[in-house]
Amino acid sequence: MILARNFRTAQIAPLFIFLIGSIYGCGEKKKENDTHTKPASEQESEVPSPVESADVPEYMAEGQKVYAQYCLSCHQVNGTGVSRLNPPLKDTDYVLGDKNRLLGILVNGSNVGLEIRGETYSNAMPSFKQLDDTELAHVASYIRNSFGNSATPVTIGEVSTFRTKSENQK
Amino acid sequence: MKEYAKKSIKTATYLLWALGLVFLVGCGGEQKNDATQETALDLSPDNAGLTLPDGFGALKVADSLGKPRHIAVTAQGGIYVKLENAVDGKGILYLEDDDGNGTAEVKQGFGDYGGTGILLDKSGLYASSNSEVFRYKVDADGKVVDPASVDTLITGLIDRRQHNSKSIALDNSGNIYVNIGAYSNSCQKEDRALGSMGMKPCPILDSAGGIWQFRTDAIKQSYGEGKRFATGLRNVVGLDWNERDNHLFVMQHGRDQLHTLFPDIYDIETSANLPAETMYRLEEGSDAGWPYIYYDQNQNKKIMAPEYGGDGKKLGAEDIQDPIVAFPGHLAPNALLFYTGDMFPEKYRNGAFIAFHGSWNRAPEEQEGYNVAFVPFENGRPSGDYEIFADGFAGTDSIMSPDEAQHRPTGLAQGPDGSLYVSDDQGGTLFRIVYTDEAEQ
Ligand code: HEC
Repeated sequence: MILARNFRTAQIAPLFIFLIGSIYGCGEKKKENDTHTKPASEQESEVPSPVESADVPEYMAEGQKVYAQYCLSCHQVNGTGVSRLNPPLKDTDYVLGDKNRLLGILVNGSNVGLEIRGETYSNAMPSFKQLDDTELAHVASYIRNSFGNSATPVTIGEVSTFRTKSENQK
Repeated sequence: MKEYAKKSIKTATYLLWALGLVFLVGCGGEQKNDATQETALDLSPDNAGLTLPDGFGALKVADSLGKPRHIAVTAQGGIYVKLENAVDGKGILYLEDDDGNGTAEVKQGFGDYGGTGILLDKSGLYASSNSEVFRYKVDADGKVVDPASVDTLITGLIDRRQHNSKSIALDNSGNIYVNIGAYSNSCQKEDRALGSMGMKPCPILDSAGGIWQFRTDAIKQSYGEGKRFATGLRNVVGLDWNERDNHLFVMQHGRDQLHTLFPDIYDIETSANLPAETMYRLEEGSDAGWPYIYYDQNQNKKIMAPEYGGDGKKLGAEDIQDPIVAFPGHLAPNALLFYTGDMFPEKYRNGAFIAFHGSWNRAPEEQEGYNVAFVPFENGRPSGDYEIFADGFAGTDSIMSPDEAQHRPTGLAQGPDGSLYVSDDQGGTLFRIVYTDEAEQ
């Protein structure tokens, strides 16, 4: 405190203005830089909630159970997958497109590095041939109508037709 | 007394003017960065979103770099970043900080391959794709002399996509160590398929699932020229040579999916925590036991894998090496670094930093990791429990799926001043953590 009393304000004021100015100057510049380098991940953080398909409520409920047991650990609760490892199921051609191609992946598995929206994934998708036609129809319909997806359900009949056809081809 | 005080004030005043000048110069100056400019680091007021121990500060060196995997820093503070995927034919970026404020700009890009491994040594800059290891000549400052002239040291390593990162480390005897991860979860006949049992012996171990050793003075080496240095390691992304102890230390990614593959033995919660992510101190011939066993950090035991007849309790083979540190499951250790700098306080010297990429296989439970942990070491052995050193990379308190994380720690490097650099392959950010000595108020 003795020091403080001895301090001459006149002598010290310009010094502080200079000091604060120089530090503040730095901050301004930083801010400017920041706006240019905002990471892409900060801009898209909305997780769409699952859209229930009105026509097949029991497919959705049963399909969700199959999904939770067999698929969720890899493709994640919201269908976003895991970058580098497991692809997303949200808004992909394989999920929304041709039903037989989708069933082919579920029944035979896939370990070829499918390209999904410009990325590939390194994990192995196992075969789910042990699931019965009903379970497969349920889970396929569920992923086609969850995570923001919307597409016609896959019926049990479509699964059994697919299975008979691929059996005959062997 | 009074005279003395006056003198002090005068001195203090001069010092403050000088400090102001340093700030100004640091801000706009064209000066090259060197050790005397540390005071000008533009540290982030909120530690760039990270939670750090008292006395530490942080800043973002760069952002939006794509998917940076491992990193290396030159003696002048230049930074090499290995990208997961080459962007515009450039898989390695070189950054420099022109004005010493800590942020760095990309100066150069080269190497038309994606990959993970990168490290710098007097003998050159080493970088790996997912099947090869390359070396570039460097000048005294650690700068690559000619990016177009490159030696292929190692080639033809197995890449079946799963666990294909080829992380690298050097010893001081002209050897280079390369991780060759197993292209499988647990060597089932059908990978990750329900009810498929394990193959015995596991055929993968001939060409993967271990650390291979090659020479740094030979080119175009493959399996025939190298040797399997250690086996039974499912996938190692983080490894480092410990200079104190002259041994290679590695962090293994433990197996996935105990519950989904064996729901009768493991419930969801058990499977979220098991098995341990493990650190090993390797000798030539070490065997960490994958796929036949896993390490249970709660029982502190090597447990027989369910694919090989285990029930969660039966013990595995006795001759398998024990880990020296066991972390909770699925945290995904992607980098290991022994701290040899002197910027950080005594406690950190020669200890191990581990970058945890963060889990996915804990779903549907909350995910964990997304941090940098620290293990103190004495005489080449852990001397205390691990602790979380830097946290908050995810940018959110609770995280259900990796996609929600803003950043995922992937690589670690030490700067010439002892700063710790952390790379992130989610947001593409490079962080720099420094010790400022100013305990938080
Ligand atoms: C072990 C992790 C894992 C499990 C379990 C798993 N998948 Fe996959 N899935 C993958 C991987 C990895 C791929 C990409 C395969 C490739 O690249 O060849 C994939 C691809 C797919 C695809 C096509 C690509 C896309 O993203 O649209 C669909 C559809 C799919 N999985 C649905 C399912 C369903 C439904 C289940 C549950 C019955 C399931 N998966 C279980 C890992 C898994």
